Amino acid sequence: MTNQTNDSLIAIKGLRKAFGKQKVLDGINLQVAKGETVAVLGRSGGGKSVLLKLLIRLQTPDSGSIRIAGEEITRLEEKQLNDVRKKIGFLFQQAALYDSLTVEENVAFPLRRHTNQSAAEQKDRVHELLADVEMDQDLEKLPSQISGGMQKRVGLARALALDPEILLFDEPTAGLDPITATEIGNLILELKKKRHLSAIVVTHDVQGAKAYSDRMVLLHNGTIQAEGSLAELQRSEDGFVAQFVGYGSK
Amino acid sequence: MIYPAIFVLAAAISGSLAASRARMRLNFPKNLFTLVFEWFGELGFFCARLFRAALVPPYEFGELLRQCDEIGSKSLPLVALAGAATGVVLSLQTRDSLIRFGAKSFLPSVIVFSIIKESGPIITGLIVSGRVGAGIGAQLGSMKVTEQIDAMEASAVDPYKFLVATRVLACILMLPLLTLASDFCGIFMGWIANMLAEPISLRLFLESGFKNALFSDFIPPTLKTMVFGFIIGLVSCFQGMRTLRGTEGVGRSATSSVVLSSLFVVVADVLLVRLILTIWG
Ligand SMILES: Nc1ncnc2c1ncn2[C@@H]1O[C@H](COP(=O)(O)OP(=O)(O)OP(=O)(O)O)[C@@H](O)[C@H]1O
Ligand SMILES: [Mg+2]
Repeated sequence: MTNQTNDSLIAIKGLRKAFGKQKVLDGINLQVAKGETVAVLGRSGGGKSVLLKLLIRLQTPDSGSIRIAGEEITRLEEKQLNDVRKKIGFLFQQAALYDSLTVEENVAFPLRRHTNQSAAEQKDRVHELLADVEMDQDLEKLPSQISGGMQKRVGLARALALDPEILLFDEPTAGLDPITATEIGNLILELKKKRHLSAIVVTHDVQGAKAYSDRMVLLHNGTIQAEGSLAELQRSEDGFVAQFVGYGSK
Repeated sequence: MIYPAIFVLAAAISGSLAASRARMRLNFPKNLFTLVFEWFGELGFFCARLFRAALVPPYEFGELLRQCDEIGSKSLPLVALAGAATGVVLSLQTRDSLIRFGAKSFLPSVIVFSIIKESGPIITGLIVSGRVGAGIGAQLGSMKVTEQIDAMEASAVDPYKFLVATRVLACILMLPLLTLASDFCGIFMGWIANMLAEPISLRLFLESGFKNALFSDFIPPTLKTMVFGFIIGLVSCFQGMRTLRGTEGVGRSATSSVVLSSLFVVVADVLLVRLILTIWG
């Protein structure tokens, strides 16, 4: 399933990032085709969140190239960069909701800035988005008044607000009960089917990822140690890889 | 005015020493001199980015209005109170001195001139540095450490435009208005305090107070508070946006916003007074 075509929607080459002496990413190569969902696995502290942030230049890489929809992210001007960012739905690991805005306003924020919809249209859209993640009950609450898993779901709704072509999700199902986690997995699957989205989903939930991803990659020691389907990873010669997915799928 | 200045200086020095000691602990042997240079350098870049963000459309009028309310309306009671207190104190103190020199009839003029020319603007500047500086520093700081600023960038919204430019502009717009309010309360309470000692009608008080006042006595000191507003907004947004290391960092940003903005307000005041005297004589 490895993809070496030039028309990948996301193409990462030789990506490196260090914090001081600590090399977090040490030559990452990864391609994601249109309509493909890639699950990124790896140990805690392995640099998965850093990888996602580099993709939309919330942090700058030390070297390497990132092409998204043909644009070299590392060299874009502010304005073009923002045009690319509008096509991407980004979910933060800690949700990162605006704590002075209500749930409803959080989801409406990107709509208010980037669309010409009327207030009523925006409201409808927000409700629809929140209903998809079953969060249409607590519209007036502040992020500090809802649970961590609920914040995650609101973050998900916000990430989907602008109908992105690419999803970058940092642990969308962490901290959720099995039922909600499965529903979020189904939502990702449905989005992919309906709108042919590309996605990179960082997760620790190997079984869940199996359901919605086309391919898994295992990030270890700053590089991609293995990639393929869950079955392929389980059959890997590399002891660490087999052990990692073995534990995860028990 | 010398006491607040000394206080602020002392606070600033102790603040920056504490910061440099904190860095020492982290094996960052940098001396104060390089730290100060670095700080000004970064501030310069920050300023350039701010101007770029502020000048290019689209403009965030809704957010600007909200910040004007946050910074202006909500500081009003405190500023008015401080202005009123200054008026009372000025009236009580100068009355005594003027009687001793046999110049009691100058009292209204002395109150009006000293409030309008100096105490109104600087007291407003320092009060707003405290209230708004701490607020902005802490708010932007906690948004920074909880990745809310990153989230904004991820939504393709420039935080320099949405958060920083609106706050700085609101400070610039609100300070002259707050100063007027403070001036008004000061003069009014000066009259009240004076009246308790010696009945005089408000009209007479104002007439003799403003008798020799010109428009040019009044405009420059009020407009110079726009510079104070710029300093307060800029410095506290800068401190907030460069917050590092969790809640401890947020606390440090709030403190340093207040300390540095009051320090620069005092310094700017000295320079501006000199400038105004040179230009308007
Ligand atoms: N801003 C930063 N400054 C310094 N070091 C950082 C910074 N951000 C991340 N790191 C380091 O980079 C490494 C990778 O962090 P990252 O958050 O990407 O891990 P992760 O794979 O997402 O882990 P988890 O699964 O626990 O979320 C960590 O060791 C962390 O200490
Ligand atoms: Mg992470």
